Amino acid sequence: MMAAKTIAELARALRDGETSSVELTRHYLDRINQVNSKLNAYITVCEEQALAQAAAADLRLADGETNPVCGIPLAHKDIFCTQGITTSCGSRMLANFVAPYNATVVDKFNAAGAVMLGKTNMDEFAMGSSNETSYFGPVRNPWDTNRVAGGSSGGSAAAVAADLCVMATGTDTGGSIRQPAAFCGITGFKPSYGRISRWGMIAFASSLDQAGPICKSAEDAAIMMNVMAGLDPKDSTSVDLAVPDYTADLEQALNGLRIGLPRQHFAEGLNPEVEQAVRDGLKEFEKLGATLVDIDLPNNHLSVSAYYVVAPAEASANLSRYDGVRYGYRCDNPIDLEDMYKRTRSEGFGDEVKRRILVGTYALSAGFYDAYYRKAQQIRRLIKQDFLDAFQQVDVIIGPTSPHTAFELGAKSDPVAMYLEDIYTIAVNLAGLPGISIPAGFINGMPVGMHMVAGDFEEARLLNVAHQFQRATDWHLQQPELKTTESAA
Amino acid sequence: MSWETVIGLEVHVQLSTLSKLFSGTSTKFGAEPNTQANIYDLALPGTLPVMNEAALEMAVRFGLAIDAEIGKKSVFDRKNYFYPDLPKGYQVSQLHFPIVGPGSLTITMEDGTEKVIGVTRAHMEEDAGKSLHEDFHGMSGIDLNRAGTPLLEIVSEPDLRNAKEAVAYLKKLHSIIRYLDISDGNMAQGSMRCDANVSIRQEGDPELGTRTEIKNINSFRFVEKAINYEVMRQREILEDGGRIVQETRLYDSDLDETRSMRSKEVANDYRYFPEPDLLPIVIDEEYIEAIRTSLPELPDQKSERFAAEFGLNPYDAGVLVSSREMAEYFERVVEICGDAKLSANWVTGELLALLNKNNWEFPDSPISADRLGTLIARIKDNTISGKIAKTVFETMIEDQDEVDTIIENKGLKQVTDSGEIENLIDEVIVSNPDQVQQFRDGKEAVFGYLVGQAMKLSKGKANPAQVNQILRDKLK
Repeated sequence: MMAAKTIAELARALRDGETSSVELTRHYLDRINQVNSKLNAYITVCEEQALAQAAAADLRLADGETNPVCGIPLAHKDIFCTQGITTSCGSRMLANFVAPYNATVVDKFNAAGAVMLGKTNMDEFAMGSSNETSYFGPVRNPWDTNRVAGGSSGGSAAAVAADLCVMATGTDTGGSIRQPAAFCGITGFKPSYGRISRWGMIAFASSLDQAGPICKSAEDAAIMMNVMAGLDPKDSTSVDLAVPDYTADLEQALNGLRIGLPRQHFAEGLNPEVEQAVRDGLKEFEKLGATLVDIDLPNNHLSVSAYYVVAPAEASANLSRYDGVRYGYRCDNPIDLEDMYKRTRSEGFGDEVKRRILVGTYALSAGFYDAYYRKAQQIRRLIKQDFLDAFQQVDVIIGPTSPHTAFELGAKSDPVAMYLEDIYTIAVNLAGLPGISIPAGFINGMPVGMHMVAGDFEEARLLNVAHQFQRATDWHLQQPELKTTESAA
Repeated sequence: MSWETVIGLEVHVQLSTLSKLFSGTSTKFGAEPNTQANIYDLALPGTLPVMNEAALEMAVRFGLAIDAEIGKKSVFDRKNYFYPDLPKGYQVSQLHFPIVGPGSLTITMEDGTEKVIGVTRAHMEEDAGKSLHEDFHGMSGIDLNRAGTPLLEIVSEPDLRNAKEAVAYLKKLHSIIRYLDISDGNMAQGSMRCDANVSIRQEGDPELGTRTEIKNINSFRFVEKAINYEVMRQREILEDGGRIVQETRLYDSDLDETRSMRSKEVANDYRYFPEPDLLPIVIDEEYIEAIRTSLPELPDQKSERFAAEFGLNPYDAGVLVSSREMAEYFERVVEICGDAKLSANWVTGELLALLNKNNWEFPDSPISADRLGTLIARIKDNTISGKIAKTVFETMIEDQDEVDTIIENKGLKQVTDSGEIENLIDEVIVSNPDQVQQFRDGKEAVFGYLVGQAMKLSKGKANPAQVNQILRDKLK
């Protein structure tokens, strides 16, 4: 077996003639064939198309193509529409849906010459924190296949961790890139809201959804960001801001960096071993010249509640289009229109999706709007203000990504307990800020994620900080053995 | 008992943009079903709206034309309900922050009285598709060509007091949107649709009565009939001691009645919330001013100018400006012939009757403004009489020759040669000795008869003024 390599390493190997894109692609397709059944990371594998893309990439490389992702095997979360290839969004509702268009993110990787191996598993409509709500079954954690990979981008995270692709795309509405990255021991980056186009990315909660890279290092995340970021005239919420070269500042020293530690993130509910791993990581930053400052995010405790009003409210409208009229699942032999609506949606959606549609519909109802939706939007502004205040004192905020390491499949049957999984990540979406999770140690063989947040559009700074940490540590270089432990229960 | 009617209108105007409100699809009317619906219009997953700037400009034009407040920051909202012709399961509309705030317009009634009608607001929204319930053997067909077409919903204050005022308001709106060139206002094709909120109350009662909403009335005439029917229906119920149910009613033009569609009390909760896929529209004073400067002369301004510049009475001026095409036609006619009063008479008289009879619009007129202007000029320079002009006019409908050629070919040129007229008059005097005697005996009324005889003898071609003069000289 070839040792797992980063984009940066493989880009060099492709240019040095050590390997070709076709060879690399065959290698990854073989690995998927051997390993995917253990992990269920992919929903769709597109072998033929991948090899054709790889052959085309080899021609471009021979022609002197400089984009480092050219010829690199990639997986897309099954939430990004891909022309001619099923895009299921992890749902029975779209299990038969083939989009006649590409998401902008997909177009950009295609244009750069990346090779799409397939589409990765995910929580249904990105609603979940364990990848157990997928219509296609849960994704298993490569570090222990009895445990969850996290969610909702669990397939992408597991695929990168198990080296079933070099890089993958994900989306993050409340932690859906960062939490599975933490659980799988890899790097997951959620940029600022508006930095990457949402066109062709199936909507869960439009004001919170953001695409981002899932990969093996902060450097790879920077390389992927160079492909993904930028204004898209087809997405009115994408931002018209110059896109920097995200790799340019990676080597900047961290002397004088002020790191904020939110008291609310190192409080009750945090597993002490996770806390220890994060605090050990913070010592590394001190060695690199950073100073640590305790800070407050006083409204953090409201973030999960506010999120579970705003996100379901938007979702309740976003998912209304799945009515069985034009595409996707339709129930058999409907008697009339109402019967078609009821049965199509009852049969096509899973329980968690239905729960959120109901919650969102309720929150927007006449008489409840002010108490829920409006109040949640007010809290959202307070949460944003907390961050703005904090960034007056510090450059980045660091804490744990998740209160614990990956849990066992089926361990969290209470929806509220599952919602609390995202307690450290969710506020970042409400505030629209960039956040990253990088590996910071292991507990009983399971990876721990460290969560870092920066100010609006300070992606380059965040990647620089993460990269410097990864130069000083080797947590991100560890590879899982795909073992299965006995259940503790 | 004396009842007062209270009417407010909600008018949906289809903005004449080339493409839809949030997608690049063509809005052209009459295409094959579902050929004008792209992936956004079909609400395929992952697709997003992009605001059509032309629609925004049209909405602002309308707002400025009715002296309304323009929303410097307007916000789109989602209005949620399920229906097969609403692909996204929500309609993108504007609830709390519409593009156009309070404004007003003035209506003129037939007796010349004027009344100011308040406009509460006007907001942009996307249209739904069409459900077709016939021809599908018990199933329904969906045509999404119209889905996403930009609409401006214009909501009036409940300032209208009878059906005639409602029609006058609607006609005024129609005239304004046509002047602004923001919609073709074609009610039959649905590019202007009207819902009427109607209630009645005891004269002097400060409280409004319970209203009903009459949906989708598709002609001016039906607006009047539907309201009159509904007022009568409500009166009968109340006078019988009944109670009006707040509901939506449909006007059936075949039966000339309204009937209940669905009760508002069990109607949808639309669960409006701000559309997260679109940012608020923020416009500045500079943008608004640029549009204000580009506004055309509007009907009220034009009517005032016609009165001042051409000395027309307010009624004639009002009729002439009611359509932009007619006003422009009229101005061209005046330019050619130099006589505004005669031009006004001909345009609102003979010409309008001709167009109405054939269901023609001004651009379809077989008689161009230039030709009508020339015709009137020939009356003015005594080439033909007014009466002969009507014959020429009739010929001009079929015959596209120059006016002068037609007059020449048909031998209709007025006789102004005094010798020729003297001969005619001599003949009349000889043939009517009795009447001549009566006149000489002081019976002035007979003079008209003798002029008539002379005109008849000339087949209407003799110049009437000359006939008068010469006859009087000869009878002295």
